[in-house]
Amino acid sequence: MSFSPNLIADLQQIWYYQFMRNAIEAGTLTALVAGVTGYFVVLRRSAFTAHAFSEIGFAGAAWAVLSGYSPLAGLLLGSNLGGLGIALLGRRATNRDTQIGIVLAFSLGLGLLFLSLYVGYATQTYSILFGEILGVSYDQVLETVAATAAILVGIGIIYRPLLFASLDEDVAEAKGMPMMALGISFMAIVAVAVSFAVQVTGVLLVFSLMVTPGATAQYLSPRPSRAIAASVLIALAATWLGLFLAFYTPYPVSFFITGEVFALYLLVRFVYAPLRLEKAHAGGILAQPVDRSG
Amino acid sequence: MRQHMQSEVVAESNRPTLIIGEDLSAGYGGTPVWSGANFSFGKGEFVAILGPNGAGKTTLFRLILGLQKPLRGTLETFGAPPRRGNPHIGYVPQRHTIDTDTNIECLELVRLGLSGTRWGFNPLLHGDREAAFKSLEAAGAADLAYRRLGALSGGELQRIFLAEALVSNPDLLLLDEPLSNLDIRRETELLHLVNNAVRTRGVTALLIAHNINPLLPHLNKVVYVANSRIATGTPREVLTSETLTRLYGVPVEVLKDPHGNVAIIGVEEHHGDIV
Repeated sequence: MSFSPNLIADLQQIWYYQFMRNAIEAGTLTALVAGVTGYFVVLRRSAFTAHAFSEIGFAGAAWAVLSGYSPLAGLLLGSNLGGLGIALLGRRATNRDTQIGIVLAFSLGLGLLFLSLYVGYATQTYSILFGEILGVSYDQVLETVAATAAILVGIGIIYRPLLFASLDEDVAEAKGMPMMALGISFMAIVAVAVSFAVQVTGVLLVFSLMVTPGATAQYLSPRPSRAIAASVLIALAATWLGLFLAFYTPYPVSFFITGEVFALYLLVRFVYAPLRLEKAHAGGILAQPVDRSG
Repeated sequence: MRQHMQSEVVAESNRPTLIIGEDLSAGYGGTPVWSGANFSFGKGEFVAILGPNGAGKTTLFRLILGLQKPLRGTLETFGAPPRRGNPHIGYVPQRHTIDTDTNIECLELVRLGLSGTRWGFNPLLHGDREAAFKSLEAAGAADLAYRRLGALSGGELQRIFLAEALVSNPDLLLLDEPLSNLDIRRETELLHLVNNAVRTRGVTALLIAHNINPLLPHLNKVVYVANSRIATGTPREVLTSETLTRLYGVPVEVLKDPHGNVAIIGVEEHHGDIV
């Protein structure tokens, strides 16, 4: 397995391996889901919540491994219970980080206990924490297909009310939107998305697919539909490039994915966005100076 | 004397009535914030709601929006008890702000004011986009359509919120302190826009404010909420030393200058500026 300048040949070589095919398929679906969901996570300032899900999911996964179930089942159970709890805590995003932090710390401790009780092979734990996309089985790919379809349909249904409630909660509520039901639905969607993203990035690195592409995309377009498309493209590109690089190097996929999205975020946030703003000023789009006092 | 206090407004009774409250009490957890309120607002009326902080001005809005039930009495909006999500109502909440990090164009928020309550994903709908543009124009904010929400000033944001509230063609506008944090010029601009909507669209506007003077030229009615009671009537009826003295239960004096500005003396809040 050595890299050649002939990229077609490289891709053929990568595609030859079943584990790489599984990884690419699962990674593509996960990136799609994480890109879409991540946009709303960033818009609703729920990044910390998304992170908490993955750690509550970790406790669930560790328990599942200990009890002989699949780690994914534990992840899904843990993150969904966590999501339900957080959604029921209240509709306001503010003042919730304390409660989330408390639950998060306890979950990690619980996960640690389950791990110490587990006498088997520790690789599974390591892969939950840091991701092991190269170990994804064909069955897991099929599970990911089902989850992706469910999440995309779910977001498609609640798209406009969710956007409205995220941008202007008070007016959406006065207009009769079921805020609690929307909150719970979104949390459930994030919980499932996180559980599958964990397969690629691991519990500790789930931000790299769930938050960074969405945050970067917000600077690329002020129109939600386009920003979501950008978020998906970033997540996809990062995952594919990460798999490609990891195939030819001894370094982990998760590292490449986190590094790529971080570099792109810095570039967009500090180079592209200021440049575009300057151009907008020069072009007269912002004819009046921004006056925050008025 | 009593009709001032209990607000039996006869003036302009030829307008169809939009909101009627009879012997209404409202509060939280069984404790009334105010009680015994009687009022009626007709189509196309511009109404100012004034009173000290915590007197229950926003509570009145919550009742009309159906977010809260009256403790006692009856309230009817559009000929029926209020229900949450009435599409005839446009609402701009108090201390309404948008995070400065919000990288979303204003047009999108206005568009959601129209179609944000509909399920499903339909980004290709151009009808609501056009409606959003028209509403932005009505709110004097067409130039802000493609600006990011997070980059707007307070005055610009209020115009966007007005457009968001107007986009669904409401019959009733509830504006909770839209003038706070605006300087005098922006205050006048926004009032002019609201008044425009009231006059051209026949919208009834209820506007909570702290200073009555900039509103006086436009108003049909004034609602004073203070001391657990509500006084309603035309500005001429309500803004008198007698009515406000009775409402507050302490001596209040209303002074008028030759330009028609009023100064209300004897109450601690700045309901009227000393001229």
